[in-house]
Amino acid sequence: MVKIVFVLAYLILAPFLGALLDGVDRIISARMQRRKGPSLLQPFYDLGKLFSKEMIAVNNVQLLLNLSYLVILMIAGCMLFYGADLLMVLFILSTADMFLIMAASSDSSPYANMGASREMLQMMAYEPLTLLIAVGFYLTTGSFQVSDIIRADTSAVLWMPGLLVGFMFTAAIKFRKSPFDLSTSHHAHQEMVKGLTTEMSGTTLAIMNIAEYYEMILLLGIFCLFFINSTWWSWIAAILICAVIFFMETLWDNISARVKWKTLLYSCWVVTLVAGGVNILILMLDK
Amino acid sequence: MIPWLIGIPAVLAVLFQFIRNEKARGYIVYAGAGIIMLTTVIFIVNWIDGGARTWMLYPETELIDHLMVAGDLFLMCLIIYLSVKYGKVLPIILSVVQTVLVLYTEFTADVKEGPHMLVDWLTILMCIIIAFIGGFICIYTVGYMKGYHNHHKEVKDRQPFFFSMLFLFLAAMFGLVLSQNLVWIYFFWEITSVISFLMIGYTRSEEAVNNSFCALWMNLLGGLGFAAAIALMAQLHGTLQLLEVVNIGALLPLMCLSLAGLTKSAQLPFSTWLLGAMVAPTPSSALLHSATMVKAGVYLLIRISPALEGNLVGIIVSSIGGLTFIMASMMAIAQNDAKKVLAFSTISNLGLIVACSGIGVEETVWAAVFLMIFHAVSKSMLFQSVGATENTLGSRDIENMHGLIITVPKLAYIMGIGIAGMYLAPFGMLISKWVALKSFVDSGNVVLVLFIAYGSATTMFYWTKWLAKLLCFHIPRQTVKDVTHKDEYVSMFFHAAVMLLLCLLLPMVAVWMVNPIIKDLFGNSTDVLSMSVLTTMAIMLVSIFIVPVAMFFISRRSHREIVPIYMNGINNGDNRFFMNSYGKNEHLYLSNWYLRFEFGRRHLRIPSIIMAAAVLVVGFCLVIGGVSW
Repeated sequence: MVKIVFVLAYLILAPFLGALLDGVDRIISARMQRRKGPSLLQPFYDLGKLFSKEMIAVNNVQLLLNLSYLVILMIAGCMLFYGADLLMVLFILSTADMFLIMAASSDSSPYANMGASREMLQMMAYEPLTLLIAVGFYLTTGSFQVSDIIRADTSAVLWMPGLLVGFMFTAAIKFRKSPFDLSTSHHAHQEMVKGLTTEMSGTTLAIMNIAEYYEMILLLGIFCLFFINSTWWSWIAAILICAVIFFMETLWDNISARVKWKTLLYSCWVVTLVAGGVNILILMLDK
Repeated sequence: MIPWLIGIPAVLAVLFQFIRNEKARGYIVYAGAGIIMLTTVIFIVNWIDGGARTWMLYPETELIDHLMVAGDLFLMCLIIYLSVKYGKVLPIILSVVQTVLVLYTEFTADVKEGPHMLVDWLTILMCIIIAFIGGFICIYTVGYMKGYHNHHKEVKDRQPFFFSMLFLFLAAMFGLVLSQNLVWIYFFWEITSVISFLMIGYTRSEEAVNNSFCALWMNLLGGLGFAAAIALMAQLHGTLQLLEVVNIGALLPLMCLSLAGLTKSAQLPFSTWLLGAMVAPTPSSALLHSATMVKAGVYLLIRISPALEGNLVGIIVSSIGGLTFIMASMMAIAQNDAKKVLAFSTISNLGLIVACSGIGVEETVWAAVFLMIFHAVSKSMLFQSVGATENTLGSRDIENMHGLIITVPKLAYIMGIGIAGMYLAPFGMLISKWVALKSFVDSGNVVLVLFIAYGSATTMFYWTKWLAKLLCFHIPRQTVKDVTHKDEYVSMFFHAAVMLLLCLLLPMVAVWMVNPIIKDLFGNSTDVLSMSVLTTMAIMLVSIFIVPVAMFFISRRSHREIVPIYMNGINNGDNRFFMNSYGKNEHLYLSNWYLRFEFGRRHLRIPSIIMAAAVLVVGFCLVIGGVSW
């Protein structure tokens, strides 16, 4: 019963929460740049405007692929909040990303294609660490099931601090934050126009944005897993720490410039190996 | 029944030498493949009807043993003849040494007699793969070879020979998987080595000859390992039964057999031969990669896997497999030749299977068997579709497949299903990867866990960019006529249907096929796929098949206006040309990303070969030195 409530809450609240977080992110970014920034509800206005636009498209499949991206992401998120297998959640998450890549490359547009290629590279960069995170939870709590992980006696982060650091590092890719916003970003951009989303407009773009909100909440949910244990106050602590992590991602976004793809790939892989690999090794020796 | 299984393809192989009429040959191929499949089905029904118990057959085989001796000698003479003809020395040495070793052992050593053949679930699975996938590849070949010789006028038409080799290969594979006596397995093992050598050299160009000899010497080296294992088992333990090898678990014979398995399944440092095998016509690649040859290698490793658990040999085998998995998948990124990508992905996937069997516990072997099934189907399908595309487009460069979904939609769909089968969510590959990851963690091997984590990321990259290339909507420069023959489509549609069915019936395959295999090998079987995983599977199936279809209908209802794409210049209207800053029309050209300077073969090949060779040599030294683990 509780599980169903969680799933429903995710399905209904995630886009609102995501959009709110986006609004907060914009305000904080603006203040860091000594601007006032838009209002908190600006992402909602943006979405409303996108939906009101006339439907134009470059081909007939982009909308279909974008919708699939959204729905599959929702499925992944539901599985996480239902307490299902974490590894499966991650696999479905990357399947969803596949649909986004297909959507972007289906139009044969130079900028969208470039964005799609970069997105693939980004997937290659963060994928090893996400798998290692699942392995870390398995070693720590003895199960891949999210429902078992949250019932552990102590927070998983005590056993896997390296993995947390690594995840914070690579999560910038998923949040589409600088320095890792190679494929597309929240700001209008230069050398690649808008990357992945160059050819998306109106409803299609709105769907893509909503999907990103779902993904954001899903990722924050995985962050929460690091902290949640069987006690009730750990939930509050987890949410607070997630807020801090989100703030740090925003900060990092504002103080760093976009890197080249090689830096992205190698730094992610090295961080994965050093922070994640060593953490896993210690876990294996100890458990 | 067993003599029929081996005999029918062998007789057909002889028959093809005498049939020069193309049409008649086509009919006989269809009939032959049909008969082989039918015989296999009857055989399996018969076996299951008899209670599906393990059969041990043929304890007394004096006459056949002598025939095999003659066969071994014939193969040796053939190798010597061809090596002398082309001026190669290494194959002669290897072949003579191993043949002499085997014959000497056979005539001098005192071994206890035992059954020569064995039928259990693993054998049955292999028979199904050989008969059905192999059979349909033969059917595909009928159409393909017509197109091939239209394209390649410079190659001498030796189709009768080619078909003979195809069917003989099937016969040898049946023999190999049904045999239980080491000398018998060795005999069929050598036949497969020699046939693959002959098939790779089909075109007789200089490159083909060189590559075929490369394949020959590498496989003969494996054969030498096999021969050494036979000699050791006979002299030290007085038995030649494969089951006894597993039961006794002596390390050195296991190491020698593993060497044989590693060479045949093209693991590092021996993967060169499989890449070189690409010069042959596509059906032979499809056969080598999916139903036969490389499967023989992993079959042997799976057979001996229960003896590899937790010992030195197991560690060596699994590290080489893991290393091959990641290195080959990295090298695949830098390839734009479709067949090369497929070759690297075969090597890489086999690496995963080898790593699984090296760990040698129930879960990993379960994953290995599963991987083997899915790999056989989707690889065969991919090779066939690439071959057909090559005949149609005149090129097998992935760059030229831009927008294949518009130009040749049928082939694009088949290729897409094949690619999806290799790595996407609901398909079996991913499930096996999931099981493999879990059991690598359980076995406490951190290096393998890292290999699989990085390796699946690189695997994803090269498949995704290929898939994206296929699905680009782009008005083609010139219209393309699909010249694929009906025979080819028959086979490809069969494979696509099997792939989808396997995906839908995955739990059944697990319960009816894979679990009994594990039970045969280990004596007991735990249900690796638990119920919750099955529900997850169902969710994944829904998400891959139903969501896009539903979204198709939803999105079709919306009205929209189609506009040209943004080109950072004036789009000339049809998304193909744009006006550059000089006011000239420029053609848009989109290319994939190959990261040649980072993941190119030039950089990775030599280090990975050295690393794998070092592991192998050190392993042999430790085993011979008697270091216990």
